[in-house]
Amino acid sequence: MNIWLVMLLGGVLTFGMRISFIYLFGRFEIPAVVQRALRFVPPAVLSAIIAPALFMPDNTLDVSLNNYHLMAGVVAILVAWRTKNTLLTIIAGMITLLALLAVAGNV
Amino acid sequence: MSQASKSFWAGVRAEFPLLIGVFPFGLIYGALALGAGLAPLEAQMMSSIVFAGSAQFITAQLVRDAAPGLIIVLTIAVVNLRHMLYSAAVAPYLKHLPRRWKTVLAYLLTDEAYAVAGLHYERYGLTPAGHWFFLGAGLGLWTTWQISSALGIFLGAALPSAWPLDFALPLTFIAMVMPVLKDKPMLAAALSAGAVALLAQGLPFKLGLIVAALVGIVTGAYLESRR
Repeated sequence: MNIWLVMLLGGVLTFGMRISFIYLFGRFEIPAVVQRALRFVPPAVLSAIIAPALFMPDNTLDVSLNNYHLMAGVVAILVAWRTKNTLLTIIAGMITLLALLAVAGNV
Repeated sequence: MSQASKSFWAGVRAEFPLLIGVFPFGLIYGALALGAGLAPLEAQMMSSIVFAGSAQFITAQLVRDAAPGLIIVLTIAVVNLRHMLYSAAVAPYLKHLPRRWKTVLAYLLTDEAYAVAGLHYERYGLTPAGHWFFLGAGLGLWTTWQISSALGIFLGAALPSAWPLDFALPLTFIAMVMPVLKDKPMLAAALSAGAVALLAQGLPFKLGLIVAALVGIVTGAYLESRR
């Protein structure tokens, strides 16, 4: 598929989801089961992206101290949990990863 | 100053702290998109057509891995499903507006705009100039995103390729997901989606993300319905 078509379809779908309930409000009752399920979209989608990035940086499962992405991710999780600050979480995780890579001589 | 423009600039100001985080994210997106093989114009147009940072990051990665177009479109849809939640949350406050206002505000309804405008509505309810506040927050973010993507595309080649810039995405998501893990169904949704994502990594066409997200949503909703 052409990249322009991918972007156009992706854009139309994204806009469609953004306007969905804004447009439908008042004309159509949102089923309670859908509303409940929607609450779980952010944790599910975000975790499905986070987990492979931390545990499988090279596409194979690596649960060890030598997995620097995992170590940096753990630091970021702790910082996010304690501070609830997005920028601080990103900086802490990125610095940890860069430091570990530098010590290992990979940067 | 009129109530409308006062409210508009209040929205821009409220959005400002988030823009400090969005700016580097846009820079990284621009650099990554070029690295993945997108042309500068394609990378920039994605920022205005799709206008969703996380979906754009994932799209760049999938383009780099030569995933089929249909899978990329489906993945964008799943990653952006959460915008329906925001749409439902702001809908009651926009119901009186003309269609062109609804259209513009829906286009601007990102994570960061929702974070600021949604909070404003929750706190003050429906106010005569509330939509101007939303517009200020949304346009502040839109402008920042377009400029930072462009700068990332421009500077892309200058950034050392050994730098793990794509790690900014999971780090941002960690910051977004930790505050919502307040009860057992939420935690179960996150953990089951994460575990399935690892197990499903080998699935063809990069379908793993879609399957994992759906398992997480169903697990969370099921556990909650049993309480």
